[in-house]
Amino acid sequence: MSDPSTASIVSTPPATVPTEAGSGAPVAAGLPENARKEKPRGLLGDAWRDLRRKPLFWISAILILVFVTMAAFPSLFTSGDPVNGALSRSRVEPSAAAWFGYDVQGRDVYARVIYGARASIVVALISTIGTLLIGGTIGIIAGYAGGWVDALLSRFADIFFGLPFVLGAIVILTTFNGAGSSNNEWQIMGLVIMSLVVLSWPVVMRLMRSSVLATKEADYIVAARALGAGTGRIILKHLLPNCLAPLLVYGTIMVGSFIGAEATLSFLGIGLKTPVVSWGIMISEAQNYIRVSPFLLFFPSAFLVTAVLSFVMLGEAVREALDPKLR
Amino acid sequence: MSDILVSEQSKPGADGSGRPSGRLLEVEDLRVEFRTRDGVAKVINGVTYHVDAGETLAVLGESGSGKSVTAQTVMGILDTPPGFVTGGQVRFHGKDMLTMSAEERRRIRGEGIAMIFQDALSALNPVFTVGFQIAEQFRIRRGLSRADAKKRAIEMLDQVKIPNAKGRFSNYPHQFSGGMRQRAMIAMSLALDPEVLIADEPTTALDVTVQAQIMDLLAELQRERQMGLILITHDLGVVADVADRIAVMYAGRIVEEANVYDLYAKPAHPYTMGLIDSIPRMDERGQQLRTIKGLPPNLMNIPPGCPFNPRCPMAQPVCQEKLPPLLQIGADRASACHFAEDLVNRD
Amino acid sequence: MTENILEVRDLVKHYPVTRGVVFKKTIGHVKAVDGVSLELRAGETLGVVGESGCGKSTLARVLMNLERPTAGSVNYKGQDISKLSGGALRRLRRQIQLVMQDPYTSLNPRMTVGDLIGEPFEIHPEVAPKGSRREKVKELLDLVGLNPEHINRYPHQFSGGQRQRIGIARALALRPEIIVCDEPVSALDVSIQAQVMNLLEKLQAEFGLSYVFIAHDLSVVRHLSDRVAVMYLGKIVEIGTEDEIYERPTHPYTQALLSAVPVPDPTLRDQKAIIRLTGDVPSPISPPSGCRFRTRCWKAQDVCAEQVPLLEIRSGSDHPSACHFAEKREIVASHEA
Repeated sequence: MSDPSTASIVSTPPATVPTEAGSGAPVAAGLPENARKEKPRGLLGDAWRDLRRKPLFWISAILILVFVTMAAFPSLFTSGDPVNGALSRSRVEPSAAAWFGYDVQGRDVYARVIYGARASIVVALISTIGTLLIGGTIGIIAGYAGGWVDALLSRFADIFFGLPFVLGAIVILTTFNGAGSSNNEWQIMGLVIMSLVVLSWPVVMRLMRSSVLATKEADYIVAARALGAGTGRIILKHLLPNCLAPLLVYGTIMVGSFIGAEATLSFLGIGLKTPVVSWGIMISEAQNYIRVSPFLLFFPSAFLVTAVLSFVMLGEAVREALDPKLR
Repeated sequence: MSDILVSEQSKPGADGSGRPSGRLLEVEDLRVEFRTRDGVAKVINGVTYHVDAGETLAVLGESGSGKSVTAQTVMGILDTPPGFVTGGQVRFHGKDMLTMSAEERRRIRGEGIAMIFQDALSALNPVFTVGFQIAEQFRIRRGLSRADAKKRAIEMLDQVKIPNAKGRFSNYPHQFSGGMRQRAMIAMSLALDPEVLIADEPTTALDVTVQAQIMDLLAELQRERQMGLILITHDLGVVADVADRIAVMYAGRIVEEANVYDLYAKPAHPYTMGLIDSIPRMDERGQQLRTIKGLPPNLMNIPPGCPFNPRCPMAQPVCQEKLPPLLQIGADRASACHFAEDLVNRD
Repeated sequence: MTENILEVRDLVKHYPVTRGVVFKKTIGHVKAVDGVSLELRAGETLGVVGESGCGKSTLARVLMNLERPTAGSVNYKGQDISKLSGGALRRLRRQIQLVMQDPYTSLNPRMTVGDLIGEPFEIHPEVAPKGSRREKVKELLDLVGLNPEHINRYPHQFSGGQRQRIGIARALALRPEIIVCDEPVSALDVSIQAQVMNLLEKLQAEFGLSYVFIAHDLSVVRHLSDRVAVMYLGKIVEIGTEDEIYERPTHPYTQALLSAVPVPDPTLRDQKAIIRLTGDVPSPISPPSGCRFRTRCWKAQDVCAEQVPLLEIRSGSDHPSACHFAEKREIVASHEA
């Protein structure tokens, strides 16, 4: 048959032949594929490898480390007294002696900012853990059980989800922590944490539920059932490890937003109150003097923004590392 | 038919300039690599093939052989990053598409070269009706009025033998069955009357009985329109039924090229031989299948010499040292094996 | 005749199609499996072929008791497994295991190979004492042709074929009598597919396994099966030995299916008489009355719409066929070219 196509079938230019052979030669020095010792690594290992190469991760991680140390051991950073001051130094501008200046009551702003980290970070961390635990558990139950259990839990979550955050917090806190109530420092913190958790868990629950719903139908879950695995094993060994990643990311970002939320509530006067030191309280106190002593507002705000940003950036870095699609 | 002469005399220019060879579509020494965070994967390492009007070239290969990436590069739909073209040319009517302006390339896409994909459901936009997606091309590229475009779109649906084309015009992709969807995609890609159609695993997702229908349709449309058809597939059965010529790919290279009869009767590369041997045959029940040992190479670390040498039953020391170039053996076939002549001449 | 290890009688699996979220209203049923009877003999491979949507994967799930049948029974050694639950079901799972289609999704990405293959022993601790498990896992890896030293690797460090071997090792861990293989090689490349098929054959010979081998690829099924059942829209249309089905098919659907298989031999291109079926498979929600294949069948008569053809041995046939007009027909292209 005289098919035109078969007449000249290859048009490899002879000129490229030596180059091809040549380009193969240097590789000959390479080791066989398996000689390179391959360390076993899971998804978290991969993520860690990825994270280590991100400057964003290192910057935010170091900042967070500094803030956490500040919260745990404020005396490492300052020898000043955050609570007592001399009125004679009221609103003295920043100087070499007091880097951040003195506030209205003559207290060292630097010491107050350092000590203020504790309240903010403790509240944010505990609220985050509480939210993740409650939302995650309810989410797993709803997603795995399905049917009417899911319908009931989802509607229940919707009720809380429907409450505007600030309004909800004001209602809860003015009820239990209104003017004239004699709650001590820890009771107030507990109330703030509680209101944050109560108003935020539905988001985590939804996240977990959709994650579980998607994973529940995965072949490896079916395979585990075929092996005879019980509900407990399927949830703990198969579902949970595969659903945790989005939660981890959200949790990190949530710490940041809770620091902000705590400050907001304190600013509104329904959260923590003097004599507790917190960034929110400082901002609240500073607002009356914003024209005459702007530094009073500037320093706590800068710390607040940096802390929030660090957690959000860390969350972002972790998300990128965990998301296989972005690789 | 006149291009036989042209192509036989002409050797591709050493300077690689776009010299008219009379070929419809030529890929020459194409190289593509994927830069990922784990390293650089050399996905295509010097692929050369061509297709003429009215002929069917089958590009055969397993997953990771680079057959689809080659097609994506030809179409200009390679994801960059991670994919980067590091060398070679893709000539359409003698003109290198890789150095063209984006505007010129876009004009070729659809009218010069069109492509159909394995997964028709994800290739069609779910929020527009099938008819709209076909008619849109006539409106944008041909400047037809809404009514005329609709008429032409219905004609196209009719041509790909979708029953009740008029009624189907306003259906959404999900309302079509798998086979119908593939037909709709064929209609869409042929709307602008391309000269070359690249079909990337067009029937892999379909059932056997539907697969036969689609392959028939493709063959018929190709005959009518005298298109060049590049059929990318891993299925040796489908290839045997429709291809004129076959290019077998392995690790980003073409290891053998031959007309379909020669290739099946006497493969000139051990990989092709292994592939043909490892298909379960209906008449050989109970016997062990002959297999190709081992696994395809890691493209980030392709073995030195012939990339197939670690799996090759006839590998010699030379195979680990020297990369065998794709050389002509006989009149109309080529093989990239040091022992190609021996393979062809054996009984 | 060897004993039947598994007997399936009149198996039906319907999925309700519902509308509404809170107040669900059933508006129909997907008749995925609709009256299937078959038996698996000890040590044999029963192939089940059919196109997508014919119910073969649902059949696998019901056989594995991952789904309860709507009606009918699955008897393993005289015990109806579709009625078992709790401890009895768990004990039964040691005997029937599953190999799934997609090696990329059927292994938990967060578990090492050692954990994956060791999991069956954790679920069934009576099979192997704790201390011996790691050794057993290594033996299994070796058995399926993987390097036992890779025990600490994760699934994504393996290729598709290797992952499928991991899946097979997992299924084999409890030394079951039956393995249900649901399209075990269809996601693999040709050269790798052959390796896995050889492995399955080797293991069958070594351990006397019985396979239910579900696939859409007719040549793969023929290569491995002793007997073959052809399914169409939830029913078995023809069942017989591999020879009977492939050499002397009598149901028009089987004939069309066989004729459509592309033969890897270009010289047979023009000699093949392919039976072109028109149209697509009808929806399993409202299958055609009478014979389900009649809408695409070239032999269809009035009786086909009225009467459901039973799966039985008919005059023109030496094995059960569910066609009113079952007869032999020379269609299979020969390979002895």
